[in-house]
Amino acid sequence: MKARVTITLKSGVLDPQGKAIEGALSDLGFSGVVSARQGKIIDLELQSSDEEAARAEVHKMCEDLLANTVVERYDIAIVS
Amino acid sequence: MRAAVIVFPGSNRERDAERAITLAGGTETHLVWHTETSLPAVDLVMVPGGFAHGDYLRAGAIAARSPVMRAVADHAARGGYVLGVCNGFQVLTEARLLPGALMRNAGLTFICRPVHLAVEQSGPFTGAYETGAEVTFPVAHHDGNFRADEETVKRLEGEGRVIFRYREALNGSVNDIAGIANEAGNVLGLMPHPENAVEPLHASEDGMPLFKSIVAACA
Repeated sequence: MKARVTITLKSGVLDPQGKAIEGALSDLGFSGVVSARQGKIIDLELQSSDEEAARAEVHKMCEDLLANTVVERYDIAIVS
Repeated sequence: MRAAVIVFPGSNRERDAERAITLAGGTETHLVWHTETSLPAVDLVMVPGGFAHGDYLRAGAIAARSPVMRAVADHAARGGYVLGVCNGFQVLTEARLLPGALMRNAGLTFICRPVHLAVEQSGPFTGAYETGAEVTFPVAHHDGNFRADEETVKRLEGEGRVIFRYREALNGSVNDIAGIANEAGNVLGLMPHPENAVEPLHASEDGMPLFKSIVAACA
């Protein structure tokens, strides 16, 4: 089973890298960008074939290591 | 004062830390590898600067989950002193021994220069300074932008746990916070490098009283 974890900064947390991307897009003439936020994706391949168990396990991985919940939020998708 | 300096793959200030401790009057300093599960009998554990595990995932994230960090947490819980500098501060927040998080500098650049700081509080790490004193320590970091939720910042300020504050807007840190202590006051994390401000050839010698403070607190 494969899981995809998407980690982004919580809303309200300043994302300087996102701001830099916004600036660069604007410089390139993309004038319609209201905001850009940068995050990261972690793809996991799991032994489990039980979706609920896999989701619970990945949730714990996020809390314990993958995300810093002081400033980040995460989203788990079971891909296959 | 007996000290242990934790060494991760990618630490690079451990020898500076060891030297500063020795110059301040430390009697023994052990370099302890991150895979150790216990610490020698020490008064101070220092988590030094560097780029532990290449700062992969987040600065300090992998190091904070090292086997040795459980022993460091136990040492802190027993009231032992813990000092995290730069990457060490990041490790301590990731290990949840200190609140908040250190994010990418607001200006996105790596900042490497001496900075002016105010010593905001007197305590075991700052007893040898006049409270309110201005000191100069070098900084060398890319992720020093201290963030915490509003309530945590209010608590840190209200409880006198902001120990060092930048005298200028440096990296985006909320309230220009440069260093904080835990609730009990025995764990300090700061981004600037006091261990690189202890000898005549350094930009200043203002870091020496910090180490002498710990030596005095342990006497």
